[in-house]
Amino acid sequence: MLQELFEILTFQSGYNTNVVLLGAGLLGTAGGVVGVFSLLRKRALISDAISHATLPGITLGFLVALALTGTGKSLPFLMIGSTLSGILGVLLVQWIKDNTRLPEDSAIGTVLSSFFGLGVVLMSYIQTLKSGSQAGLESYLLGSTASMLQSEAEMIAISALVITVLAVLFMKEFGLVCFDPDYAASRGWAVSKIDLLMMALLLAVVVIGLKTVGLILIIALVIIPPVAARFWTDRLGIMVAISAVTGGMSCYLGAALSALTPDLPSGATIVLTATALFTLSLLFAPKRGIIATALRQFSFRLKITRRRALLSLDKGQENLSFLASLLLKREGVLNSDRALTEKGKKTVVTMSRDQALWNQYLNDYPEEAFAQNRWSLAMITDILPRDLIKELEMSIDSPKKEIG
Amino acid sequence: MDLPLADFLQIDFPALLVASLAGLCCGLPGNFLVLRRQSLIGDAMSHVVLPGIVVGYLLSGTLDTLPMLLGALGAALISALLIEVIRRLGNVEPGAAMGVVFTSMFALGVLILEQTGASGVHLDVEHALYGNLESTLWFGLNDWSDILSADGLAQMPGSISRLGGVTLVVLLVIILFFKELKISTFDPAMATSLGFNARYISIGLIIMTATSAVAAFDAVGSILVIAMFICPAATARMWTDKLSSQIILSSVVALLSGCLGYLIAAFGPFLIGANYALNAAGMIAVVAFLLQAFSMIFAPNHGTFGRFLKQRKALREPAEI
Repeated sequence: MLQELFEILTFQSGYNTNVVLLGAGLLGTAGGVVGVFSLLRKRALISDAISHATLPGITLGFLVALALTGTGKSLPFLMIGSTLSGILGVLLVQWIKDNTRLPEDSAIGTVLSSFFGLGVVLMSYIQTLKSGSQAGLESYLLGSTASMLQSEAEMIAISALVITVLAVLFMKEFGLVCFDPDYAASRGWAVSKIDLLMMALLLAVVVIGLKTVGLILIIALVIIPPVAARFWTDRLGIMVAISAVTGGMSCYLGAALSALTPDLPSGATIVLTATALFTLSLLFAPKRGIIATALRQFSFRLKITRRRALLSLDKGQENLSFLASLLLKREGVLNSDRALTEKGKKTVVTMSRDQALWNQYLNDYPEEAFAQNRWSLAMITDILPRDLIKELEMSIDSPKKEIG
Repeated sequence: MDLPLADFLQIDFPALLVASLAGLCCGLPGNFLVLRRQSLIGDAMSHVVLPGIVVGYLLSGTLDTLPMLLGALGAALISALLIEVIRRLGNVEPGAAMGVVFTSMFALGVLILEQTGASGVHLDVEHALYGNLESTLWFGLNDWSDILSADGLAQMPGSISRLGGVTLVVLLVIILFFKELKISTFDPAMATSLGFNARYISIGLIIMTATSAVAAFDAVGSILVIAMFICPAATARMWTDKLSSQIILSSVVALLSGCLGYLIAAFGPFLIGANYALNAAGMIAVVAFLLQAFSMIFAPNHGTFGRFLKQRKALREPAEI
């Protein structure tokens, strides 16, 4: 099993599998790149409407191809059909949003359920035909690389490459329109045309991904990698790169896994591989990850506990919490009998002076103090300039007499 | 066309009943989802419950309601938690967080289904997507009076009693908590100031949505669940501004699209001389959409054509000074 997987992954198991894997990898890369922009433009779920809206197009394409050529499974017809009905779906979402009182989410839900419903009805009609070639349409629901022809895989690979190159070429324009469309318009850019190109690339990814991932799960390809990448960085270029690698890896690994287990829909393995990579990001990303966040919160709590314990010692209250006394003992402020050491006395005095200065700062400069988000969290000498601290010290030592 | 009464009662009547009940049971909570801009929760819910249902089925070994419902509720709760974590930590829009979670959960459901051999028995992916409304049969009905007889009731299909029960509960909850639901939907801050926590109401609504989704999911499939959460409420919203009339109107629309859709799918092809039936769940979704499309265009105050007529009339009339 592992041996076999290794052979597949290192492109040693026949030209057909290789092309399928390469196509899947490139498709994932394209999805990752295009998905970043649809995520930043806050359009992640439009792709859900697009993907479900392709089903009636697929079935109608099948019927037209059947009538014209005698066999329904002609990829060009299916792709033209799915593109057209995908466009119709987007336009309908836009129309409902702009012309009725319904919000965008209702528009998306309406379009995806009704188009999909129509597709299901047409599929049930196709199943009654006695042509025998209807088998295979189901693979568009959950994806199947097993039944993929070599020519199909080649076409997917080439289209995915073109989409990726286009998206990378227009990265600057897309980024600006995503972050600040008004500014882009004021610089004289055709925002609506750039938007249209973004939407077209999204539609293209969905259409070429139908066969590999299936229309139910294709939106995972344009959502999961960008969201995973978002955990690692705040910079657009890096985010696009991480998202592209994540998408490419998940499709490549997922397709290889599903080549081992042909009865498993490839869409599910691809999406679960992406989910696994996403989970790694969620846990281990340096700033936003769950572990990093938990550590940060814990060290914050330690800081606060230490400061509060020292301040209460200064006031002579000695009933400290377990965590606080443990902390202070380790620092050497308390000895093993929970009494203050020489060093500890100094620390307590320093801390109480620090708190007094912070309080004076709040009193004298309330607005600045509220804006200072580390108020009373760090030592004041590390944060405020020396002359300001001197001024605070003077106003503590000789409080101003009230006039009158 | 000749249709014996017994055939109608055993095949078409239970299907019509299931379609109507599923429409009501999803359409009622759908009113609040549409108003709260949470329509896609219905969409997400109908995807995330799949692994829960499959696991419930595998653990209990039966297709009983309770284990599947518990599994589905567990899956829904886990998903809600994950969505919140991803949204907060990842600083992404709720829609994207939802997209990550529901595609992952659905893929997980498909994987478990295909790997454990649970597929084929009763559950499979296509079934989960578009249900099997047509295979709901009520044996033992030969005449209308059989419905209420002890023998007839004993043979009632599980999906009907299940859906009927859930619909009743949903209806009761909405009637009992109408004021709370209404205020927390339109003005959460006011709800809190009146002494009931809008957050709890919101969580309660999500649990109700999950329960409806699970109950209807098995009978009609996820696609019809999504359509019924959104389309009837959206249709009713075109005609009225009053919440209570919107709820009543949406129930009528849900019933109408359920029955009409089923009848067209089952008998439409026969009327034009063909000898097959179309997928009923899909057809119901299409009919629900057509009703909504009609309303979006022709409703007097909120439809586009209705607005156009009103504006033209206003232009013709001399302005009152």
